[in-house]
Amino acid sequence: MKILVSIKRVVDYQIRPRPAQDGLDVELTNVKMSINPFDENAVEGAVRLKEAGVASEVVVVAVGTAANQDVLRHALAMGADRAILIETPAVVQPLTAAKYLQAIVQREAPDLVLTGKQAIDDDAAETAQMLAGLLNWPQAMFASSIQLADGRATVVREIDGGQETLSLQLPAVISVDLRLNEPRFIKLPALMMAKKKPIETLPAADFSVSAPVLTVLQIAEPPARKPGKILNNVAELVAALRAEKVLP
Amino acid sequence: MSVLVIAELDSHGIKAATRSAICAASQLGEDVHLLVTGNDVAGIALEATKIAGVSKVLHADALAYAHGLAENLAPLLVQLAVNYSALVAAATSFGKNVLPRAAALLDVAMVSEVIQIINATTFVRPMYAGNINATVVAPAGLRILTIRPTVFEAVAATGGAAALETLTATAESGQTTWLSRDLVQLDRPELATARVVISGGRSLGSAEGFKSTLTPLADVLGAAIGATRAAVDAGMAPNDSQVGQTGTVVAPELYMAFGVSGAAQHVGGIKDSKVIVAVNIDADAPIFQVADYGLVADLFTVIPELEAALKAE
Repeated sequence: MKILVSIKRVVDYQIRPRPAQDGLDVELTNVKMSINPFDENAVEGAVRLKEAGVASEVVVVAVGTAANQDVLRHALAMGADRAILIETPAVVQPLTAAKYLQAIVQREAPDLVLTGKQAIDDDAAETAQMLAGLLNWPQAMFASSIQLADGRATVVREIDGGQETLSLQLPAVISVDLRLNEPRFIKLPALMMAKKKPIETLPAADFSVSAPVLTVLQIAEPPARKPGKILNNVAELVAALRAEKVLP
Repeated sequence: MSVLVIAELDSHGIKAATRSAICAASQLGEDVHLLVTGNDVAGIALEATKIAGVSKVLHADALAYAHGLAENLAPLLVQLAVNYSALVAAATSFGKNVLPRAAALLDVAMVSEVIQIINATTFVRPMYAGNINATVVAPAGLRILTIRPTVFEAVAATGGAAALETLTATAESGQTTWLSRDLVQLDRPELATARVVISGGRSLGSAEGFKSTLTPLADVLGAAIGATRAAVDAGMAPNDSQVGQTGTVVAPELYMAFGVSGAAQHVGGIKDSKVIVAVNIDADAPIFQVADYGLVADLFTVIPELEAALKAE
């Protein structure tokens, strides 16, 4: 069983993003970048399946600029066997990413594709569903538990107000929630070992991918809330909330 | 052409989030049709003809549509899309599951979680946990949108008089079997739709402390209880109570944060609340920058006082 894990390089979750000078992107100069946290859960999930003897190989793939080497190394240090970078001149939108991933899936023929439920930069939560559609594979989104047996995946997925359990025929695409697992802390020997693992770089031009895109007109901070008031005691707070008519 | 809204059903009928999607769809300036799918849902489809602002209800009935599986619904959307200028659904776990799959099959760059419709092709959507708003233009032709239900007011469930058309169901994919659904039995309002939300951070100390401190106040206020990611990660609060980018985005009338520092990913998930109250002993906590009212005080003193004051009224 081969598992392909798709990962994305994003602004670290602890950084507060600011619009760039041109107002068409967020400021990325000298900003700490990391593997998308949900994708890290996907890598962890795949590596654990390998450690449990269910999977035989874990391949990570990123679609993006050459800078993605660092997050691919991170995934290799977590335990992935090899990595593929589809090198694009800039960050791509979900439908474009899904089409590149479709091409890699056709080459690698994995039994399962895992990825995070959304990337924390664009918050689109689209790529996995799009990939499943393009491949005509079954899908389970926002997974918090995955069990593989007899050519099927039993997946518990987070839905509004609860959970749902699905049984998918493999091959399938599964996107994972933070609740799937707690990604491991990478130790130094693992980092050293990861340096010896291969990263294959494929230029975007090798693929005949074209997809419609959204045009960004503006990237801005949302309108600020009106300045708040620091009150002195509970009585003042209750009076203020009464005045706002928000108490039952 | 018209706009097609994809309805989401629960055991009570059409969900309120779908009526928010109808409100958003009507802003595109065309007739709004509503697609009702499910197994044995003719009654719900008929009821849906009364929803305000809908001119036609399309009803497709099949066992394959019973649980909203994307594999079965996406082909139906692809088939219907030729007659529509836009497909719209609420950005719920249902809409987010189904629409991107259909968008890929239709080769459309979709717009997710729309919070503002500027014109028929220009939309505002949040990124970076709501810390950034992006204004984007979708290519001409078919547009596919999910809209954030908390920012569009649900249209009335009655008052309309739509035509009803029954469709032939598309085939079942056979790839995925739905096994079960476990909805949390709530003895208080659901986080995403509650009128009042109170939430706690890690400073509540323990799971027991979290529950015993917040529950009595929540009872007085009829509030849902939320938690920060830090509190959830520390095992003090259940996963489904997490408020913020990685949990639930809320927009209640009143949001009260107790001992919450105000991490960007938390703040992004609460900033559409009407009134935000922050109680924190640390005067420099970032939460005070978004709060309408702040108390720099120990939450363990404030909560009992607040509870007593509210009960006294």
